[in-house]
Amino acid sequence: MVSMEREPEISIRIFSDPHLLATVRGAIDGLAKCVGFQDKSRALITLAIDEAMTNVIRHGYGNQTSGMIWLHMWRSVEPRGLRIIIEDLGKATEPSKIKGRNLEDVRPGGLGVHIIKETMNEATWEARPSGGMRLTLAKWLNAEELAAAYPSPSTPEQSEP
Amino acid sequence: MNIPLIIKSSTIETSLVLAPQGDIDMSKAPAMREAIKTALEAKPAKLVIDLSAVTYVDSSGIATLVEALKWTREGRISLTLAGVQPRVKTLLDITKLASMFAVRTTVEEACKT
Repeated sequence: MVSMEREPEISIRIFSDPHLLATVRGAIDGLAKCVGFQDKSRALITLAIDEAMTNVIRHGYGNQTSGMIWLHMWRSVEPRGLRIIIEDLGKATEPSKIKGRNLEDVRPGGLGVHIIKETMNEATWEARPSGGMRLTLAKWLNAEELAAAYPSPSTPEQSEP
Repeated sequence: MNIPLIIKSSTIETSLVLAPQGDIDMSKAPAMREAIKTALEAKPAKLVIDLSAVTYVDSSGIATLVEALKWTREGRISLTLAGVQPRVKTLLDITKLASMFAVRTTVEEACKT
């Protein structure tokens, strides 16, 4: 079902085993660095994707470690940043029911969706026609990161006549 | 693949210090939770969680810290976080939980206050 017009820079398929998440975090951080994200943004991107995969393991697969999760990441040129798709074959959830909880209620759990929505520029959940869920995420470089990673061509110096 | 979370435990005056090392994510949070529960059974005057060697925490780890906060309040035990790393601080800020915890730069400061 994956399509973003061209092949992703990175595609990973993992079992729904929480012990594998640390390995995936390393790949996410590496690509985000290549794209030009600085440390704080990379931390947020890694966290959001990690939370999304944790939610798949917990809610989609009911903590069973034999499920499959696919993670695809594209470098985006316009706007500059990253596009991400996470797919699974777990139990589907009605997208309108996926909501972050009220943070005034201080209690353990239920923070993942809030973190994803708070940290990413785009986050869209949908049920896959063939089963499971698909989450599409996007994160764009901020102005500082853009200037540092993709500096404008400097104006040529004027030579003396 | 299944690397256990290392949690060093020590006592400084009346404080019990727990110092986890590595990431506290969905796979490691249960071990952290058990360590905190066990530590609180000794009913210390103060529990200090030294996060200086923790570079990554996800919402499972945050949930464990919130549980620790709840348990220490119920047991009238003081809880302080020490050595919170920038990425962990960012998560506490995003979840608007930073103000819920007493935070000190070092374990020594946390044990004194």
